[in-house]
Amino acid sequence: MIAHTIFFYIFSIIAVVSAIMVTVSKNTVHSVFFLILDFISISCLFIMIGAEFLGMIMLIVYVGAVAVLFLFVVMMLNVAQQKNEWFTSQESSGHIPVGLIISAIIFFELIIVVGGWKYKPDLFNTNNFNINSEVSNTHSLGQVLYTDYIHIFQLSGMILLVAMIGAIVLTFRQRSGVKKQSYIKQISRERSEGVKVIDVESNKGVKIDG
Amino acid sequence: MVSIGLGHYLTLGAVIFTIGIIGIFLNRKNIIVILMSIELILLAVNINLVSFSIFLDDLTGQVFTLFILTVAAAEAAIGLAIIVVYYRNSGTIRVEEIDKLKG
Repeated sequence: MIAHTIFFYIFSIIAVVSAIMVTVSKNTVHSVFFLILDFISISCLFIMIGAEFLGMIMLIVYVGAVAVLFLFVVMMLNVAQQKNEWFTSQESSGHIPVGLIISAIIFFELIIVVGGWKYKPDLFNTNNFNINSEVSNTHSLGQVLYTDYIHIFQLSGMILLVAMIGAIVLTFRQRSGVKKQSYIKQISRERSEGVKVIDVESNKGVKIDG
Repeated sequence: MVSIGLGHYLTLGAVIFTIGIIGIFLNRKNIIVILMSIELILLAVNINLVSFSIFLDDLTGQVFTLFILTVAAAEAAIGLAIIVVYYRNSGTIRVEEIDKLKG
């Protein structure tokens, strides 16, 4: 139990500090690195409290795919010239105090909700899909996911398909002036339009045009 | 030393959620950081769902965390594609200079 406490505080402090660094760091590439650190520490927390499958999936999906995608885009776009600005703008606007006040209000509302949960922990008790301690987390998740939630599971596959098609359509660009190989033209070319047989008279030569 | 309960995890989720909100409100740099703040907010939601699922002994929360992960990945892909197209057309992704809609 002591080890659980110590590891919880270590991982959560790393997560909170790196989340702060994501928003305040001046270089966008550093922000992406801190985002990766944040995801890794949160997935360590998930693995620690017994949701191993989600922790591993989060490592793969977030660190392996989403964060690398962010890194791609940050390095592809030219954002180096704006790295020396930090929340500041040319004209003075009152967005910083207002934003801080609204964020503080949101935070205290969330804390009030958490406190209410703490004082009345038996608010409701659910009895569906209890976690079976005999089989592993992945096993029990798979048993529920492929039977009771199969329609939502397939719907999420559709969401991924739509996102993939959308990203391709958005970034697809047809450039003019670039020579490309056209298979249809190559295959449908025939001898009659490609080769011409000419009788050449002696001492006359041939006039070649088109 | 207090043993770690549900309240600790919910507080961690609240803190990360608020940091994401602050990142959206105060950002003046570029849109990519705003997208990263949205990822932080979704991460906080995931923390809440998983901790409720573990401490209330109900597997439904973890299933829905899986779906939130799917949606977050799709949203990141679409958002980054939009940013790339916008940068190609206008040459900037600074938040201040994106004022075509005059909002």
